[in-house]
Amino acid sequence: LLQAKYKERGTVLAEDQLAQMSKQLDMFKTNLEEFASKHKQEIRKNPEFRVQFQDMCATIGVDPLASGKGFWSEMLGVGDFYYELGVQIIEVCLALKHRNGGLITLEELHQQVLKGRGKFAQDVSQDDLLRAIKKLKVLGNGFGIIPVGGTYLIQSVPAELNMDHTVVLQLAEKKGYVTVSEIRSSLKWETERAKQVLEHLLKEGMAWLDTQAAGEPQYWLPALFTELYSQEITPEEAEAAIP
Amino acid sequence: VKFDSGVLLLSTHRLIWRDQKNHECCIAIPLSQIVFIEEQAAGIGKSAKIVVHLHPASSNKEPGPFQSSKYSYIKLSFKEHGQIEFYRRLSEEITQRRWESMPTGQTIQVRKDPQAGRIRAVGIVGIERKLEEKRKETDKNISEAFEDLSKLMEKAKEMVELSKSIANKIKEKQGDITEDETIRFKSYLLSMGIANPVTRETYGSGTHYHMQLAKQLAGILQTPLEERGGIMSLTEVYCLVNRARGLELLSPEDLVNACKMLESLKLPLRLRIFDSGVMVIELQSHNEEEMVASALETVSEKGSLTADEFAKLVGMSVLLAKERLLLAEKMGHLCRDDSVEGLRFYPNLFLTQS
Repeated sequence: LLQAKYKERGTVLAEDQLAQMSKQLDMFKTNLEEFASKHKQEIRKNPEFRVQFQDMCATIGVDPLASGKGFWSEMLGVGDFYYELGVQIIEVCLALKHRNGGLITLEELHQQVLKGRGKFAQDVSQDDLLRAIKKLKVLGNGFGIIPVGGTYLIQSVPAELNMDHTVVLQLAEKKGYVTVSEIRSSLKWETERAKQVLEHLLKEGMAWLDTQAAGEPQYWLPALFTELYSQEITPEEAEAAIP
Repeated sequence: VKFDSGVLLLSTHRLIWRDQKNHECCIAIPLSQIVFIEEQAAGIGKSAKIVVHLHPASSNKEPGPFQSSKYSYIKLSFKEHGQIEFYRRLSEEITQRRWESMPTGQTIQVRKDPQAGRIRAVGIVGIERKLEEKRKETDKNISEAFEDLSKLMEKAKEMVELSKSIANKIKEKQGDITEDETIRFKSYLLSMGIANPVTRETYGSGTHYHMQLAKQLAGILQTPLEERGGIMSLTEVYCLVNRARGLELLSPEDLVNACKMLESLKLPLRLRIFDSGVMVIELQSHNEEEMVASALETVSEKGSLTADEFAKLVGMSVLLAKERLLLAEKMGHLCRDDSVEGLRFYPNLFLTQS
């Protein structure tokens, strides 16, 4: 009987707390509405404020972009901003995949997304892009962010890129290409290891081989040199991107 | 001013503008001439701008597009984006003042003549004062926003703490909690964007919202799936659905969560995850293993095919084409030839011809 009483007590406590949470949730919703009425514009227009907002959420353990049904998304409109950006990022990556094997610099992605958004759309920063991409990972398409030389390469295909591949990409970032000798001298690897990594990148279409280079063959990354020439997305490529 | 349609470039020393149509036309301003810059947000019918306030021209200024101007500032109008990044970079350059430490090809002397200095100051002071006031006003707005944000976050933090305590209670009770209470709790977490402390998933899977969403998706996706051979990648679905919605978009997690419920709700679609991690939605009636048989036929006809070639032939996305060929390989019908020229699939003759 005592045990049953304790159990019952336990149930009551949880129920109490749930009721309390429900009440506090309503109160919070009101506070958020007030905040939104005063500062919703600020979030839309000010990328630095967006960064602050996101950082603060992360610190306390809240993800404002988890669901379109969340309060943050509904009342501050942050959701639509990032989810739409996600769609635009996917489309650009798909359109350019055949050129760069599914790797693109953050800079080029930024440029292409801005072009696609048109003149009257809200401006977006690179930080915005990174946050949108982090959310896209859950869709299983292989979205990933690879730090290279002060910026990032964005991966958008389910190719497996481990630490070895990443470090070679970082080495190649400086000149847009890399050779086996460079890998041996900078990373102190055996030739076999270097070749394996480079071959994998070639197979995935992320690297192109220049056998006519003076000296030894050079492995170029189209993701890196397209940025220099900044080509437009052709109508055919755009067609391929939209489902 | 007739300087329309061009490209703006920023170096460590100068701001350069080149006409897009007439490449011969190119004007520049040394960064040392800039007193202050400010942003003007875009509005309806107006593009975002940066206003660049300048020192009066020194007497030995090189000839430029205008001999003189009644304004002490220029406006850069960003009709097609880039204003935010450009403002940030320009601010950096002005703060760093690298032109002072780095020699240039042409030496541009800005003489600090005390006499001229005083004369300059008079015109500038008025501008600087106005800018200071405006900056204080903007700062006040921003700091008020930050203050409000901090207060809001404090309250949000309380919600997080409360949810942790409830989750602990649930864990302790281990099965004494009702289904209903669990669902309620999950929906509270969903509203706040709090990760479920028990499962560590941020998507409150199993909420009513996701159930409804799953049913909606089944309706929306039926036709598109039929048009695409019964199968679509989750990223395709994400784009399709959100483009159609326009507003109140789905988060990627919303989509994944709803799709996870498709099968249990006995809807005519299902979520499938390939070994590679690629996620797709298939019609229940779709049988990928059957499709493999027809894929084998196609490959046999052509002798061998890469994912790209197969995709073009059949009219599928390369991503899904590759998955189908990989599945065929897994089932033993195809063999691969993996070389630097690409991944090519052949009918598995080891199996058929012994």
